[in-house]
Amino acid sequence: MSRPLLVAGGRLVDPSQGLDGRFDLLLEDGKVSRVEERLEAPEGAETLDASGLVVAPGFIDIHVHLREPGQEYKETVESGTAAAAAGGFTAVACMANTDPVNDNRSVTELILSEARRCATARVYPIGAVSKGLAGEELAEYGEMARGGIVAVSDDGKPVQSAELMRRALLYAQHYGLPVVQHAEDLHLAAGGVMHEGEWSTRLGLPGLPGAAEDVMVARDLLLLEETGGRYHVAHLSTARTLELVRRAKERGLGVTCEVTPHHLLLTDEEVWKSQFSTDTKMKPPLRAEADRQALLAGLADGTVDAIASDHAPHHADEKDVEFSLAPFGIVGLETTVALCLDRLVRPGLIALARLVELLSTGPARAFALPGGSLKPGSPADLTLLDLERPVKIDTAAFRSKSRNTPFHGWELTGGPAGTVVGGRRITLP
Amino acid sequence: MPAADTPRWTRKDLLGIAELSPAEIELVLDTAESFREVGERPIKKVPTLRGKTVVNLFFESSTRTRSSFEIAEKRLSADSLNFSASSSSLSKGESLVDTALNLQAMAPDLIVIRHAYPGTPHFLARRLKAGVINAGDGAHEHPTQALLDAFTIRQHKGRIAGLKVAIVGDIEHSRVLRSNVHLLRKLGARVVVAGPRTMMPAAIEALGVEVAYSLAEAIRDADVIMMLRIQLERQSRMLFPSVKEYFQLFGLTRARLAAAKDDVIVMHPGPMNRGVEIASDVADSPEHSVILEQVTHGVSVRMAVLYLLAGVREEAA
Repeated sequence: MSRPLLVAGGRLVDPSQGLDGRFDLLLEDGKVSRVEERLEAPEGAETLDASGLVVAPGFIDIHVHLREPGQEYKETVESGTAAAAAGGFTAVACMANTDPVNDNRSVTELILSEARRCATARVYPIGAVSKGLAGEELAEYGEMARGGIVAVSDDGKPVQSAELMRRALLYAQHYGLPVVQHAEDLHLAAGGVMHEGEWSTRLGLPGLPGAAEDVMVARDLLLLEETGGRYHVAHLSTARTLELVRRAKERGLGVTCEVTPHHLLLTDEEVWKSQFSTDTKMKPPLRAEADRQALLAGLADGTVDAIASDHAPHHADEKDVEFSLAPFGIVGLETTVALCLDRLVRPGLIALARLVELLSTGPARAFALPGGSLKPGSPADLTLLDLERPVKIDTAAFRSKSRNTPFHGWELTGGPAGTVVGGRRITLP
Repeated sequence: MPAADTPRWTRKDLLGIAELSPAEIELVLDTAESFREVGERPIKKVPTLRGKTVVNLFFESSTRTRSSFEIAEKRLSADSLNFSASSSSLSKGESLVDTALNLQAMAPDLIVIRHAYPGTPHFLARRLKAGVINAGDGAHEHPTQALLDAFTIRQHKGRIAGLKVAIVGDIEHSRVLRSNVHLLRKLGARVVVAGPRTMMPAAIEALGVEVAYSLAEAIRDADVIMMLRIQLERQSRMLFPSVKEYFQLFGLTRARLAAAKDDVIVMHPGPMNRGVEIASDVADSPEHSVILEQVTHGVSVRMAVLYLLAGVREEAA
């Protein structure tokens, strides 16, 4: 049993209770035990001086690729959760497209046993929708749920078959699991490497049309209306998909969605500005300015439930190739919080409390995870923020094994200042 | 004229037309003019690039462009070397980075690259000390083609500004189209593009062109018509149903040509598909077709580009 921890003198921002002000916080037995304007440290307690810092419910990144098992040269549970901790996250949900695929309980348990051994953030595995991500047979959701999965997704690949999606939405309800869709019609997207629009036209690169995302989500929402259950749109990237989700929510469907920092901050023009840098290549691709503006509006009006990084590590050799041949994806665990503070909160696009909601309460609610709140009885997971700290994004300092980011060199103000998981301060070697 | 106003070439590489200024384009065309005469001499050789090494790196098959560069290099007395995908380590799975580093180790002065993927010349240019000339990168750019096309238009029309140029065919997949649009717009021409709607890329108007969906509308009162090659394999990708129907919609025939100006010139970057995008009697028409002149001028324009880029290397040395 660890010693109680008093977190004193900070500005507590907890959207789950509508709190934003100076509060002390006592953590005992892995839970939040008291939240009051001023608390004395009980006998034997450790004190964390949070003066000058923001204290928030632990941030949860619900879209991360830890690459273990199978691609440990890109990332591991250990390096990925170290990156999470360094980036201000206390928990990550990791995608199933490992090798072997997390489509059965033994892989789920392998990931969790590795997490118990070495993780510096909580790890929530996501199981596959279909065996081998093949899009044909349902994976064993019940077995995997007993092993510890929190959602199902074939991420990296869409659930292309409408029939499989319908079955997954129905069957996942037995275990209360959301079905997370990487929404992409593979016929419309075939061969594409960047957003289809002005810049794909200028650069002669094959396009990934926004319609590939839109038609998939439209279809899934029609199915959801019949099946009930919970459906989550991963890395939502287009204005029209956002509008579909907004209307579905108005109709009361069980839909949630996440957006990534890169879709909020960059557009397809970045491919040219970076002279075809493969760190501007990901799926969904960086979209047009109108899409970006729509996503920002969705953050502000509450349509978007979560910001997630889609942390997708790749080895430098894999990315240092022709644009068309490079794998899709960028890392995000160590850039997300600072980028959001500087580019979303500082210019006033959203309030700090809303950002905290998008990074903690929102994702916790979307995946029905513990956390996302500092009400007494909640897990003692905290993210500390320093809103004035100058941050220069430097890939050489990353804890992640991979360096593939378009944000290297960005100079920002404000960033993570530490995490507490289960009442223990996380210190990285 | 004061020296400060004389345009100078300062770029290490020629990667595309998009980033060039009108003055840079005019400089290449004027320089090409002075090399044109070399090709008309009995001894077609000048010592300009003696001792310079030029590597022709062709990852995609090409007869016309590669031969044109090779002839230009020989006429300038450069030492040139050809790599093609089938004969080199490129087909043995070596990465492009390693290919680039190995080339660099041999210290070439200029590299001419043709590649199926957009941005590959940019990738090499960032890593190599050698000047890089883009000889076609996927559907992105083919700058020397646009320059030789402009050179050919100037020979016939004396100017580019104010001309109406129609470009017809597979707009989406054409690097020739993109480089030509940039160049012609920068020099003040009006450009109309036409082709099947299934081959018209998103937001093409953003490039400053007008769009027509019929051949007749596109070529009405045109001074110049450029026909683009239709790649027959596009048929299998549902972009058009048959060659016959393509020719009915967009094939350039002598009867249709009547809608253009009387002195219209007809161009084609080659290789042509006779009876698909262009009828033989148009392709071979002595009063309108300038297709073989384009090939001739290609050598002068490429000599100019090699000369200008080698000059930058000289100053940097």
